[in-house]
Amino acid sequence: MVQLSWLMELSAAIFAIGVAGFLARRNILVMFMSIELMLNAVNLAFVSLGSRMGTMDGQVIVFFVMTVAAAEAAVGLAIIISIFRNRQTVNADDLTLLKW
Amino acid sequence: MPPILFWFLATLAVLAALGVVMQSNPVHCLLALVLTLLAIAVLFIGQGAVVVGFLQAIVYAGAIMVLFLFVIWLLNVPVESGSTGRLAAKFLGAVGVAALLAELEVFWVPSHLQVKAAGQVAGYGAIDALSQTLFSEYLVAFEITSVLLLVAVIGAVALARRTTDAETQQRPENSARTEKAA
Repeated sequence: MVQLSWLMELSAAIFAIGVAGFLARRNILVMFMSIELMLNAVNLAFVSLGSRMGTMDGQVIVFFVMTVAAAEAAVGLAIIISIFRNRQTVNADDLTLLKW
Repeated sequence: MPPILFWFLATLAVLAALGVVMQSNPVHCLLALVLTLLAIAVLFIGQGAVVVGFLQAIVYAGAIMVLFLFVIWLLNVPVESGSTGRLAAKFLGAVGVAALLAELEVFWVPSHLQVKAAGQVAGYGAIDALSQTLFSEYLVAFEITSVLLLVAVIGAVALARRTTDAETQQRPENSARTEKAA
């Protein structure tokens, strides 16, 4: 039997890796992938807790998170394409127009 | 789900997640991400969340990741050479991430979460149980989601579409500028 704490620790580990990737990488696409990692870590926590409590709510929330992730990916990638078309870069450090 | 399968999938997921963060070629990062998503999908199925697990494999690892792949190809992103960013920022970031991990490990212990363990009823995680919850308790959220997707599609098309020269001419500020230049 898989312990709930194992699943939560796996979820925490993947979330932390996602945060590290978001902070350390400067390629916007890879930063985006790190966000997907974080979303999936939280999804894993939702499903694990929901399955232990015997309710379907966790899975329904995962369903919504997936939908929001799809919408976010579509809009975010469109923004990246737009940035690349105007600036010819995907490096977040080169995009300093709003920097004070 | 036998513990040996869990440990195999957990190791796979963590190694692939590290691969997402550490590889320099974005396509390799993406493939590692797909591996993580599939490992998590199997973990979902092992928890009894069968429909959500298959949705994860089909929609997430399939559709959304192909979208990423197309964008990488479209942009022809060069492989990063060497390390970027300041060393001090990376060090502080590593300390921050370690602190975050420690905090999650402390606060996500099940005794803190106070989970009321209950057995899974027959048909748990099947599509009829999921859809009954989705279309009764979460009906309003489901309807709003459709609006969200519509807005996202319109936004994505509006952002990513290339304006033709004729349209650029028609805009008042641009036509005034071209007249001045002429």
